[in-house]
Amino acid sequence: NTATTKEHREKEYVGFATLPNQVHRKSVKKGFDFTLMVAGESGLGKSTLVNSLFLTDLHKDRKLLNAEERISQTVEITKHTVDIEEKGVKLKLTIVDTPGFGDAVNNTECWRPITDYIDQQFEQYFRDESGLNRKNIQDNRVHCCLYFIPPFGHGLRPVDIEFMKALQDKVNVVPLISKADCLMPSEIKKLKERLREEIDKYGIKIYQFPDCDSDEDEEFKQQDRELKESTPFAVIGSNTVVEARGQRVRGRLYPWGIVEVENQSHCDFVKLRTMLIRTHMHDLKDITCDCHYENYRAQCIQTMTSKMNADKRVESPIPILPLSTPDVETEKLIKMKDEELRRMQQMLQKMQQQMHEQDL
Amino acid sequence: MEDREEKERGVMAEQRGEEGESEATKENSTKGKEENGVDMKAEEEEEKQQKQQEEEDEEERGMSKQVEVTMEVSERVPGLTAGVIRGADLFGYVGIEAVLDQMRRKTMKAGFEFNIMVVGQSGLGKSTLVNTLFKSKVSRKSCTPNYEEKISKTVKLQSVSHVIEEKGVKMKLTVIDTPGFGDQINNENCWEPIVKYVNEQYEKYLKEELHVNRKRRIPDTRVHCCIYFLPATGHWLRPIDIEFMKRLGKIVSIVPVIAKADTLTIEERLEFKQRIRQDLAANGIRVYPQKEYDEDAEDRIVNDRIRESIPFAVVGTDKEHQVNGNKVLGRKTKWGIIEVENAAHCEFANLRDLLIRSHLQDLKDVTHNIHYETYRVRRLNESNMNFMSNGKAGCPNSV
Repeated sequence: NTATTKEHREKEYVGFATLPNQVHRKSVKKGFDFTLMVAGESGLGKSTLVNSLFLTDLHKDRKLLNAEERISQTVEITKHTVDIEEKGVKLKLTIVDTPGFGDAVNNTECWRPITDYIDQQFEQYFRDESGLNRKNIQDNRVHCCLYFIPPFGHGLRPVDIEFMKALQDKVNVVPLISKADCLMPSEIKKLKERLREEIDKYGIKIYQFPDCDSDEDEEFKQQDRELKESTPFAVIGSNTVVEARGQRVRGRLYPWGIVEVENQSHCDFVKLRTMLIRTHMHDLKDITCDCHYENYRAQCIQTMTSKMNADKRVESPIPILPLSTPDVETEKLIKMKDEELRRMQQMLQKMQQQMHEQDL
Repeated sequence: MEDREEKERGVMAEQRGEEGESEATKENSTKGKEENGVDMKAEEEEEKQQKQQEEEDEEERGMSKQVEVTMEVSERVPGLTAGVIRGADLFGYVGIEAVLDQMRRKTMKAGFEFNIMVVGQSGLGKSTLVNTLFKSKVSRKSCTPNYEEKISKTVKLQSVSHVIEEKGVKMKLTVIDTPGFGDQINNENCWEPIVKYVNEQYEKYLKEELHVNRKRRIPDTRVHCCIYFLPATGHWLRPIDIEFMKRLGKIVSIVPVIAKADTLTIEERLEFKQRIRQDLAANGIRVYPQKEYDEDAEDRIVNDRIRESIPFAVVGTDKEHQVNGNKVLGRKTKWGIIEVENAAHCEFANLRDLLIRSHLQDLKDVTHNIHYETYRVRRLNESNMNFMSNGKAGCPNSV
């Protein structure tokens, strides 16, 4: 009897349950990419934290500008890309840094270069996506922005509020309490509560962890709850290895003790790393693609259609993107490319018709 | 009237503190100016070693000396030869040194005034540090009931005064706070209210001084010391720091400190300090103690040592914990207790000693003799020019 039920079951078994494994195998081959942006004033430990997260040293030859040079500095955007491989899985990690943010005396709209950069990446992806050759589209869209809040304050400062509001619809904003080793546990608790209150109060849309499925086990749910309750994460980073409790760990050596970066009772570094890399990296990418990018795209198309209606141009299925700073040269180029595309379109149509006629 | 200038120079030997505690020896340099006809400058100099330990030190003007009395008699009196008469050679005891006691008693009765301004962004621990320095709740926060932390939109200076007393010595301490400094997105000219305030105090004093009927003791609201709080970024001075210190360094004595320094390791701290000193020199910013106001070689040695270690990296707290059976002021974290008064942990003790135990009177003197005089000269020149250009008759001193 057992033999027949087994046979029976085997006959009913289609086999698509192996799909996740197939996807897995393909992704491992293809590799992942992830773009992480870090923003905040100088001296909050951004570079150190990134090094700690990915166990690399991305900023080896970095030169710190002195104050003379920094008086006239504007906000820059710098990119570092590094390929990391672990257990056969490849990750192409891009870190976008924002030196100069918030450092000047007058920081009005200092986030403008940053929002412009994010928009440019969306725009480029939009063009590529609408183009003809879509095989090797490079995804440079920013998947997550870690915003460093100084531990010195009593809550959100005006610049924090303005920045996060400017970016909340363009990228997943994850606020962090930086240099958390200058706060006592009671102070951290108070600051986190204060920050959560103010984020609510000002209606800032930061990245929310998705609720875990109801069929997950209790341990996972408990972990998830703890994760959510300890935001914003209070982090410490370190470039040095120290000896603590007989082990060599990443940490900071003070006369009064040793701070261990990966000790959960010292700071939330482990939680951040878990969230960012181990559990929510894919979700961050999804939300970037499904939410932020789609918003941008919809907005873009809307502006274009209204512009086209205003201009009464010949309708072209290939969208002509409005540039932020149109000048004569680029306009000419665009017009040329338009013509080219239209010609190719016509050729395609002809070919399609021919094929259709052949079928008939 | 005989113009006699007496110069007393005392070279002191060591004397123990009043309580007979362990070898607490401090340096005390007092210069006083009496407001009566005879100008007498009494210099008491003590050379002692400074040991930093956890004691309950108080402001002591401990001294006792072997006096070498030098008398210089003016040349106007003919027939008198100038010479040095050593104390040991005096026949009998003249009692000149009793003048020091008289002066001390007088100043103790009159009390001292000290005005300290704290400047820095919100959250850098200004109020906590001031409370810790003076071991009492003297900051603006401790004095306002239902205090709520809010970032104010403009820089509003608030001053709170207290009279604190220790061993019979009364001090009227005024703490001037500057909430709102550097907290906005656009901080351009956020230093202007502060510059205005400092100059207003000088103006007030000047007006009093120029009165026909002026008070015996002019109330002194001038800022004697401005503590500027630098965030512990570990990098360089920020543009706002440079702008502020450039402007204020010319009119008030600035003491920069690295706030919340428990986020820097010892190496990072040293590097940071070095970079700050370079930055200060590169921008021509003079902080206290200024090199050009060193009076003599001894001062220079002491002040050089201070100049090599500014800005002090401080940590402040008002909470006490038990460490090795002692009660210490400290911050308790999961990885250890940061002891505020432990010189190996932070430089709070250095700052306190500088501000209160050794250089408090010097700060007042520099403010009075140098910053105030600069202001006065400038104002009088301005008014003279007005006077001449307007052709006004009357007393040229009327401002």
